[in-house]
Amino acid sequence: MGFSMLPKVLSQMFKKPWTNKFPAKYQPSNTTKYLKAVGAGEAKINPPIPTPPGFRGKIIYDKEKCTGCRLCIKVCPCEAIEYKEEDKKIKIYIGRCCFCSQCNDVCPTNCLSMGDEFLLADSDPYAKALIVE
Amino acid sequence: MKSKTTTKTTYNIPVGPIHPALKEPVFLEFEIDGERIVDVDVKLGHVHRAIEWASRKRNPIQILYLAERICGICSYCHPAAFALGIEAAADIEVPERAEYLRVIQAEIERITSHVLWAGVAAHEIGFDTVLFLTWEMREKMMDLTEFLCGNRVTKGILTIGGIRRDITKDMLPQITKSLDYFKDNFEKIRHIFLDDKTIKLRSQGVGILTKDDALKLCAVGPTTRASAIKKDVRIDTSYFAYGDLDIDYITPDILTGEVNGDVYDRIIQRLLEIKQSIDIIEQCLDKMPNGDLVSEPKIPKLLNQLKKVEGEGVGRHEAPRGEVIHYVKLTGEDAPFTWKVRAPTYNNILPWIPMLKGEQIADIPIIAASTDPCMSCTNRIGIIKDGNRYELRKEELYRLSVEKTRRLMR
Ligand code: SF4
Ligand code: SF4
Repeated sequence: MGFSMLPKVLSQMFKKPWTNKFPAKYQPSNTTKYLKAVGAGEAKINPPIPTPPGFRGKIIYDKEKCTGCRLCIKVCPCEAIEYKEEDKKIKIYIGRCCFCSQCNDVCPTNCLSMGDEFLLADSDPYAKALIVE
Repeated sequence: MKSKTTTKTTYNIPVGPIHPALKEPVFLEFEIDGERIVDVDVKLGHVHRAIEWASRKRNPIQILYLAERICGICSYCHPAAFALGIEAAADIEVPERAEYLRVIQAEIERITSHVLWAGVAAHEIGFDTVLFLTWEMREKMMDLTEFLCGNRVTKGILTIGGIRRDITKDMLPQITKSLDYFKDNFEKIRHIFLDDKTIKLRSQGVGILTKDDALKLCAVGPTTRASAIKKDVRIDTSYFAYGDLDIDYITPDILTGEVNGDVYDRIIQRLLEIKQSIDIIEQCLDKMPNGDLVSEPKIPKLLNQLKKVEGEGVGRHEAPRGEVIHYVKLTGEDAPFTWKVRAPTYNNILPWIPMLKGEQIADIPIIAASTDPCMSCTNRIGIIKDGNRYELRKEELYRLSVEKTRRLMR
């Protein structure tokens, strides 16, 4: 093989790597410290590649418009949506959501939409950022 | 394999169920004479995930997303076959534009899958630079998938009676850009795979599947077409918009003028299919009529309609690895009564036996990889006892149950 691939491999050495180093160019020695520094404005985050239009990220829920019809619960394949009996609204557990956007399609009042937030990893599935209500 | 009591010069080596070269669990037992494989036995059934069972409390719309998760690479084929099955059972007519859009998605998936395979095949024979080259190309298709579907892997694009997202005029430049990139770079990977001396040495004359064996063992997809059998669901039973498109069977002799049925031919086969897929997508973009995307935009109404249906349907789709068959039976309830999946790898496993016989141990990974196996999709049921594999019928299950009770009573 050596030969047919060699020119490509050599030219690759002088090209900019494809990988976008996100969030930092080099692994910070202490991630928590680094994030704190970012929060205080002392360090800068290497921005992620922008999401394309129509990206399916964290769900945005417009509570006011929701009529509590429960159709979204009926079609959700992951049982990620819970009905809140008292105020007739819903609660979405993003930790279970598979981003199929079927609930968006079914909602008669269009109160659900897919956002473009994708940094959703968390060690706690019930973290505040992972519950939409 | 049963152990023999004769004096023998051969010895047995087991490979798997977990083996670094095969990535997915499958158990192979080889009878080896020196470096040569004398006999081989394949045992499946290590990753049964009870997907069909999980469907029993889901409605058809929810099952679409379950079907998507049968396989990560064929995440479009399974819902497609399932939707075809449901549509056949419920007599749903799909709008014409949706049929074309469905073809486009299917072909994008085929390109992604074949390029991925090319990388894996190169990796199996030790050319990791080629792995990275092909996966760089694959990344373009993944980006296109994300652009068209909103997700990279589990596309969630198909629905019963149509498709969920349209391709509008302003999206066309991006699509043509990706396709052009592939066309421009196609020559590069063709050159690397087909002209390279080392790849030729490793793949020519290795893992031969004769036309006879391929027919007898019911191989499907590129595996069978590389042995010169013209079998392709897209052409044999026209579904989606394939009937309106200009496509023909692809066999490796188009390029080389002869068919050997070896690993090299399977490489050629897949490269040619990538080219064919690009052509099909371009035809679709050209011919696509205007119109609706789904037959019934109101999902609750569709679900109610499906709830009343009593009947059964079979969905067949040409997945990148071959024909995938889904069978569904609806009995007027929320969830289907049965849902049965037959993934293409199921048919492509037995051809391993004639392919591997007589080859060397070092050829196992590339021969196994040359059928593009996908174990997790394949495993529906597997029973292994005393090293023998057999199907269980009702009587036998009953007998086993009685035996177990007796054993416990002792
Ligand atoms: S996007 Fe899909 S999985 Fe997530 S909440 Fe909506 S229906 Fe459920
Ligand atoms: S479908 Fe829409 S309106 Fe109905 S409960 Fe869900 S979010 Fe609310």
